[in-house]
Amino acid sequence: MKRRKFPWRIGVLTVIALAGGLAMVTPFVWAIATSLKPSGALLSLPPQLVPSEPTVAAYTRVLTRFPFLRVFGNSLLVAATTTLGQLVVCSMAGYAFARFNFRGRDALFAVYLATLMVPFAVIITPLFILVTKMGWANSYAGLIVPGMFSAFGTFFMRQFFLSIPRELEEAATIDGAGTFATFLRVVLPMTGPAVATLTVLSFMGSWNNFLWPLLIINDRNLMTLPVALSALQGLYPGQTQWNVVMAGTVLATIPTILVFLVAQRWVIEGVAGSGVKG
Amino acid sequence: MYERGWRRFGVLALFLGPSVIGLLIFTIGPMLASLGLSFTNWDLLTPPKFVGGGNYQQLMSDKEFWHTLKNTLKFLVGYVPLVITIGLLIAVLLNSKIPFKQGFRVMYFVPVVTSWVAVALVWKWLFNPVYGLINNGLGLLGLTGPAWLFDPNWAMPAIILTSVWKDTGFIMVILLAGLQGIPREYYEAASIDGANRPQSLWAITLPLLTPSLIFCLSISLIGSFQVFDQVYVMTEGGPAGATMTMVERIVAHAFSYSKMGYASAWSWVLFVMIFAVTYFFYRLNKARA
Repeated sequence: MKRRKFPWRIGVLTVIALAGGLAMVTPFVWAIATSLKPSGALLSLPPQLVPSEPTVAAYTRVLTRFPFLRVFGNSLLVAATTTLGQLVVCSMAGYAFARFNFRGRDALFAVYLATLMVPFAVIITPLFILVTKMGWANSYAGLIVPGMFSAFGTFFMRQFFLSIPRELEEAATIDGAGTFATFLRVVLPMTGPAVATLTVLSFMGSWNNFLWPLLIINDRNLMTLPVALSALQGLYPGQTQWNVVMAGTVLATIPTILVFLVAQRWVIEGVAGSGVKG
Repeated sequence: MYERGWRRFGVLALFLGPSVIGLLIFTIGPMLASLGLSFTNWDLLTPPKFVGGGNYQQLMSDKEFWHTLKNTLKFLVGYVPLVITIGLLIAVLLNSKIPFKQGFRVMYFVPVVTSWVAVALVWKWLFNPVYGLINNGLGLLGLTGPAWLFDPNWAMPAIILTSVWKDTGFIMVILLAGLQGIPREYYEAASIDGANRPQSLWAITLPLLTPSLIFCLSISLIGSFQVFDQVYVMTEGGPAGATMTMVERIVAHAFSYSKMGYASAWSWVLFVMIFAVTYFFYRLNKARA
């Protein structure tokens, strides 16, 4: 009896999962289909999910009317340097909070935790004025530097360092190595999993960040992908050319999805891990 | 740290210096500045003028503020239960013995890694009243869809649907990790004791999943107060202010109307609300432990 009941149950569950999966995939299919349509076909009814006369015209238009490759490079540069900066700054500060004994440590750490709660909207006005006064509006520095000092990253690395045993570090110190040398040669090589997770979270956050680049950049050549995509809506005066907008969206999204497929283990574990710890 | 004297100070400065200075300049400094600004009127052209609690008073009698707060509550009431229920459902589904679990997990998670702007653009086009896929799909079923983003009654539901679609995978992954953390032995022991499926769901799964659920609840509540990207791209707060949100208004007051003080005061009210939610969940977690 039990055996006959089982496949039936699994079958129903699989069908539900498939229906849900279809709902997740359809918008992407719709975006790709639209991007392959000539402008005239956009306004034909009913809309086709498979374009009858597919063309790459929208792609050539987005690449010629907008510095799209440059924008792509900007996003890559900004996300990579922000992530690298965060890894260096946060792992060192996290190590200090986990291992050093100094006066005021716990109070200072409490301040770090408190800043985690502050919504970005609170600091955005003064931060904008500060960065503009520093001459960093419309510059890579303005995009990168403010994002390098993450209280979350420091907290995250501290938790990791607290979870690994001290014995190796103590042995290195007895052998006469200084704190920095110990950190570099003994501690850092053990941080693999934590660094992978923080890299993923930091890179994703920077790559998809919208509000800050939107405010600090108005030069097309310095825009990051989200800002450029949003600007595509107004590329042609009068009416949004949806095939061109979708071509840009597809171009911007494919690399994200490819990287995700390759690194999905770390991405998903990173997100799940942030939940377990939080 | 075994160094002594000046060397000890040097090591401390090396490890902590960059982080502390960066946080001071780019987070704590602006935060205090914003608190200070909230007691002034400042249009960026003339020097800030101290007005005491004037901005906060004005905010409390500002119809737009209450309207925006109502919008936020509308979003929250739709978004939070939907995203958590659907996320939980999918997590349970992917924790069962169905085939292609890996593939499904990827499918559900792709929107999470996609940028909000890309998602918002695609959904804006999906929701197009005449040429969009959604209303044409409804048409096949013999239904006439609303004008969605152009209809004050339907714009917020459209924003909610889009947000649920994007965030479900995130909730699913956290709850799935929570489900997988429950030892199989508990279920075996329960079934030996004669518990049926609903009973063990109620007595084992739910209590052990509660910490993950509380986390999802707090994350999605805090997120509800800070909606910006999707609204900026899809509606710019319209139509007729139906999708104005707190962060969207703060940005508009600061950067479109140059009312720095008013925007700062608004942002601190937002902070207090988020702090209250966070504190509530912190106490809840403590009470459980």
